[in-house]
Amino acid sequence: MKKKITVGRVILFSMIIFLSFCFLLPLIWMIRSAFMDASQIFIVPPVWLPNPIKPENFSKAIRTVPFDKYFLNTLLIVVFNVTGTVLTSSICAYSFARLRFPGRKLFFGLLMSGMMLPYTVTLIPTFLLWRSLVGANSYLPLIIPAWFGGGAFNIFLQRQFMMTIPFTLDEAALIDGASYPRIMASVIMPLSRSSAIVVGLFQFMAVWNDYLGPLIYVNKESRFTLALGLQQFIGYYTAQWELLMAAATLILIPPILIFLMGQKYFIQGIVLSGLKE
Amino acid sequence: MKNHTAPAKIHIRRRWNAEARYGLLLALPAILGFLIFTLGPLFASLILSFTDYTVSKAPSFVGVKNYVRLFSNQDPFFYKSLGVTLYYVVLSVPVSMVAAFLLALMLKHNMKGKALFRTIFYLPSIVPAVATATIFMWLLNPDIGLFNQILKAVGLPTSQWIYSEKTVVPTLAFMNAWTVGGTMLIFLAGLEGIPNQYYEAVDIDGGNAWNKLWTVTIPMMTPTIFFNLVMGIINGFQTFTQAQIMTEGGPNNASLFYTVLIYREAFKSFRMGNACSLAWVLFVIIMLLSSLVFRSSSSWVYYEGRR
Repeated sequence: MKKKITVGRVILFSMIIFLSFCFLLPLIWMIRSAFMDASQIFIVPPVWLPNPIKPENFSKAIRTVPFDKYFLNTLLIVVFNVTGTVLTSSICAYSFARLRFPGRKLFFGLLMSGMMLPYTVTLIPTFLLWRSLVGANSYLPLIIPAWFGGGAFNIFLQRQFMMTIPFTLDEAALIDGASYPRIMASVIMPLSRSSAIVVGLFQFMAVWNDYLGPLIYVNKESRFTLALGLQQFIGYYTAQWELLMAAATLILIPPILIFLMGQKYFIQGIVLSGLKE
Repeated sequence: MKNHTAPAKIHIRRRWNAEARYGLLLALPAILGFLIFTLGPLFASLILSFTDYTVSKAPSFVGVKNYVRLFSNQDPFFYKSLGVTLYYVVLSVPVSMVAAFLLALMLKHNMKGKALFRTIFYLPSIVPAVATATIFMWLLNPDIGLFNQILKAVGLPTSQWIYSEKTVVPTLAFMNAWTVGGTMLIFLAGLEGIPNQYYEAVDIDGGNAWNKLWTVTIPMMTPTIFFNLVMGIINGFQTFTQAQIMTEGGPNNASLFYTVLIYREAFKSFRMGNACSLAWVLFVIIMLLSSLVFRSSSSWVYYEGRR
C-alpha cells in the first residue's frame, strides 16, 4: 500500500530532518573542533570546516593526559564488571523466573523496590564499608557489587525475557533427568542470549560512562578512568578547545561503535524496560 | 483427577524440594547483594544521620541535631539547594517529556529512514556524561560558543548560559532535552501498541487528527506517560554529573543541586553524618512525591481492561 505524498507529510518530513540536524549538531561541532587549528577555532563568525585539518590534536591530547593508560584502567573495570553482571543476573533471573521457592515473591519485590531508592541514601555507608575493607584507589568497589546479581534492573530485564520461554521445555528436560542447574545452563541461558546481550550492552555503557563511582573511590591519577581523566583535562586546559574536543571524541568512539553494532538489542531493551507495570 | 490421599505430606516434602533448594541457591547472589549493598547501607545511613561523624573521629550520637540544623536554616545551603533542584525538576521534567512525546509522535508514521532518525535521536543518550558536559561547555561559551554565534547571526540577544545565576538552571534543563532518546523510545513503543481500530472509529465519526490525539492517543498513552513521569522526577532530583563538572554548583551556588551538596558534605567536608541526614531528607521527599503521583494516577491513568 503506497501512501500519497501530501503537504502534511512533506512538512513532517522536513521537520524531522531539521530536528535530526539539531540533535547531531553538538556532535558535529565536537568533531569539527577536534580537527581544527587552535587559531582558527577563535575566528568570529565561526568557520564550519577545519582548514587545515589537524589530526595532530588527537596525539597531542593523548600526550598531555595519559588517556591510553586511563583507557586500559576503564577497560579493566568494564570487563570484570560486565562479566559479573551478565553471569549473575542470568543465574538470579533464572531462579526468579522459573523456580518456585518459599520467599521468592518477597525477595523479588524487595529487589524491585530497591530500584526506587535514590542512590545517595546508600552511597555513604557503602563508601565507608569499602574504605575500611580495601582502602582507597581499589577497583574492587566498582567491580564486586556486579557479581551480586548485577543490579535489580538487569535481573528484572532478564526475568521478563525468561518468562516468555515455554515451561514445557523445562518439564521435558526434567523428565529426561536433567538437574536444575543443567536446565539453566543448557536450555534457558542459550535461549535468553538476546536478553543477556541487552544487559551486557547496557552495563557496558553504564560502567564506561560512570563518573560518580570512580570519583569517590579513586583519587590517585595513575588509577583514573577515562571519565575522570577528561574531567581533569577540562580543569587543566579550559581554553584549548581543540584538544578538549579531541579528547571528548576519543572517549565517545567505543560507546558509539558498541551502540551501532548492537542497536537492535538496545532498542529492544529500552522498550522492555518501559513496559513494566 | 487429583490425588487427595496425602496432601499434607506432599506439601511438606515440596516445600524444600530440589526446585526450592536450587531456587534459593541461585537467587542467593541477588539476595545477598540486596542485603549488603542496599538494605544494610540504607539502615546504616539512617543511623549515621543521627550522629556526628567526620571520618577522622568515631561517630558520636547527637540525636536529631543534624535534621534540626537543616530545617532551622543553620545550614545555609539546604534550602538553597532544595530550591535549585525543585526549579530544575519543574523545568526539565515537562520539557523533556513533551520533547520526547513529540519526537515519538513524529516517528510513529511509517516513512523512509525511520530507523535512521530513531538512531539519531537516541545517539546523544549514549554519550558519556563527562563528554556531554565538555561538549556543551564549548557550545555554551558566551564569547565564541556556537549557540551565541547562531543567536547573533539571526539577530537574537545572546545569553550567558551556565555562567550566569539567572540562566544556569534553565540552561541545564534545556541541555537535558538532548538526551530524551530513551524516553522517546519508550513512548514510541507505546504509540505503536495502540490498536488501529480506535483511530478508524474516529475517522468514521468524522474526527480529524487533533481529535485522534486527544481522544485516542493521549488517553491510551497515560500508563506510559505515568511511568516516564515517575522516572523523570526520581532522576531529576538526583541530577549530579552535569552540574558537578560544568559549574561545580556555581555561579554563586545558583546550580547547587541537592546531590552536589551531598557530595560536598560527604567527600569534600567529610561530614558523613550530615551528608546522611541530607540523603534521608531527599529519600523522604522522593517517596512523598512518588506516592503523590501514584495516588493521583487513578484519576488520570487509563489501563485498558481495568476499571
